[in-house]
Amino acid sequence: MTTALAAEIVVAALLLASGALVLTAALGLLRLADFFQRMHAPSLANTLAAWCVSLASIVHFSVLEERLSLHVLVINVLLAISAPVTTVLLAISAPVTTVLLARAALFRRRQAGDPLPPPLGDDAASTDRQLA
Amino acid sequence: MSNLLVLAVGATLVMYALAVAIGALRLVRGPHAHDRVLALDFLFVVVLLTMLVLAIRYQSSMYFEAALLMALFGFVGSAAMAKFLLRGEVIE
Repeated sequence: MTTALAAEIVVAALLLASGALVLTAALGLLRLADFFQRMHAPSLANTLAAWCVSLASIVHFSVLEERLSLHVLVINVLLAISAPVTTVLLAISAPVTTVLLARAALFRRRQAGDPLPPPLGDDAASTDRQLA
Repeated sequence: MSNLLVLAVGATLVMYALAVAIGALRLVRGPHAHDRVLALDFLFVVVLLTMLVLAIRYQSSMYFEAALLMALFGFVGSAAMAKFLLRGEVIE
């Protein structure tokens, strides 16, 4: 097996994986019941699918140009600033867009008087812990 | 460009198109403004990924600039809309 063929197989597999992940994210966006559940779905496209496509194009262009081409990673950094990321590498940057949107949704719900999602864990216990 | 890669790129683009259609459904359906902002943000990301896949397909680095701009403007747009929903104005 030549290097070019191996690289093509890797690129094809990564691209198909990213397509499946994006489709899963879209289905989650459509099917989940609540906004606060729905907002988790697109982060799949923001993180894993974007990394798959970036790795695919890094492999493809590195083999094509016979040198390491890493400029696609800039897009990942930009997405990492705007999207929630759990990767250790990217954990320093804040998930700006999602946090802002969640705060806006909570604020609007409170204004409208709709029921809010319950806080995580025991409410009284967490209040006690904050006071202590 | 080999047959294998052409097939893989085609299948990926079909899946992206389906995802965009589903995201557009959520964009139309709502029901709240923040649902629509979320759907729009998702559409931005999918089109950005489409740009990167097209860069592989046509072996041109022009698409990277487009994807970079989409990442920037998608972030700025979604953040501005979220800020607007939060405060009623973008710049205080």
